[in-house]
Amino acid sequence: MNAAKVDKIVSEVLVGNKRYIARAISMLENESSQAAEIIKGLYPHCGRAHVIGITGPPGAGKSTMVGALVNQFRQSDKKCGIILIDPSSPFTGGAILGDRIRMPEHTTDKGVFIRSMGTRGSLGGLALATRDTVKVLDAAGYDLIIIETVGIGQAETDIVQTADTVVVVSVPGLGDHIQTLKAGVMEIADIFAVNKADTDGASKTVRELKLMIELSNYPAAERPPVIPVSSLKNEGIDKLAGSILELHSQALESGRFEKRRKEQLAIELNEIIRWQLIKRINSKISQHELDVSINELYLHQITPHETAHNILKSLLKGDE
Amino acid sequence: MEKIRILIAKPGLDGHDRGAKVVARALRDAGMEVIYTGLRQTPEQIVEAAIQEDVDFIGLSCLSGAHNNLFPRVINLLKEQNAADIKVFGGGVIPQSDIPFLKESGIVEIFGPGTSTEVTVSFIKQLYDERS
Ligand SMILES: Nc1nc2c(ncn2[C@@H]2O[C@H](COP(=O)(O)OP(=O)(O)OP(=O)(O)O)[C@@H](O)[C@H]2O)c(=O)[nH]1
Ligand SMILES: [Mg+2]
Repeated sequence: MNAAKVDKIVSEVLVGNKRYIARAISMLENESSQAAEIIKGLYPHCGRAHVIGITGPPGAGKSTMVGALVNQFRQSDKKCGIILIDPSSPFTGGAILGDRIRMPEHTTDKGVFIRSMGTRGSLGGLALATRDTVKVLDAAGYDLIIIETVGIGQAETDIVQTADTVVVVSVPGLGDHIQTLKAGVMEIADIFAVNKADTDGASKTVRELKLMIELSNYPAAERPPVIPVSSLKNEGIDKLAGSILELHSQALESGRFEKRRKEQLAIELNEIIRWQLIKRINSKISQHELDVSINELYLHQITPHETAHNILKSLLKGDE
Repeated sequence: MEKIRILIAKPGLDGHDRGAKVVARALRDAGMEVIYTGLRQTPEQIVEAAIQEDVDFIGLSCLSGAHNNLFPRVINLLKEQNAADIKVFGGGVIPQSDIPFLKESGIVEIFGPGTSTEVTVSFIKQLYDERS
């Protein structure tokens, strides 16, 4: 029965049935035992979507910008899948997911799918299930997948490992661009958008950013453009949207796209191996064995590295 | 691990969402994921968002007096979309005398003003456990 259910979910996702797309995403988020089978069914149909990341500090206008960009992309009839990440409470696990408020007009658009996600303990700016959610939306036929990160304002490295094009959103008057640089946000941008350009100080922020880009490590040909926009008044959004698409087609031609995707896949593979290894180890070691080892470590009779080595050795042998 | 997901929405034209926000926060503090969609949502928008977000519940808050019209429309749209497994509860300013009609049309519970959020939270938890 379970197998039939997975087949049904996969086939309905592939024809773009939103109810099943939504259900599949929940199963990934909940780490359902069928999650791997679902991904297996969808994976051969993935690889067509252009994944766009929108990151930046809280309140910079990321959600408003996503809404405005989708407006623009819909004019050329591109189907848009949107993933909006907000933080889960580390204490209760609960979350208020409020990014949708900024884009109510897209809810009933047949060519748009919007999903809000809590981080559920993940710290890098995305949720653990975000990467697989991209696969679901990709297989379901969305041309563009737009991800809004949590927006903690620090280095949100997850997004570089998930998106083809990363837009870092800045705003006038935030002032502390030096801090942005320190936090490593500088390195992850393919494009800088200076939002709220309808307010004072936007051109100063644009100038500062351009200067910082010149002083940073980007090769001259790969320096990210700095684009002032007002997401609220829909000004400059056409230019931003154009730049996102243009950069992507350049990356496809130059081989940068393929290189980046392969780097991402290497990281993904590595993480999955690590994850599965730890799960397997935890299921094979008894609490008693662990207690004994920890006591030995505590008494400095053996190093943590040696202990880890021994545990892995005996486990790998057991598998042969 | 499964989490209870709830959409909190305000259909109708009134512009006050304080009550809805208080409920949203209480649900979050009880460990649930609350999707908040903001003011002046049409029943179509509410149902479509609920489907895409794959929620277990929809909480509707209405202060404008249009609940007898709006709440049953949400229920009917859910049925049309084969999504009647999503349970709907209501709150806001709703006269006692309207409650039987609303329940008959498929709203599982109405929480009037002054209902403690604990009552709402434990009602939802219980309904969720019964379902699964
Ligand atoms: N003046 C002006 N205000 C804007 C602009 N874009 C967004 N805002 C306002 O900025 C506030 C925050 O907007 P959001 O889109 O929610 O910002 P966000 O970055 O998604 O916020 P978080 O998700 O909470 O981090 C809202 O009040 C918006 O109306 C803009 O271009 N100009
Ligand atoms: Mg936002």
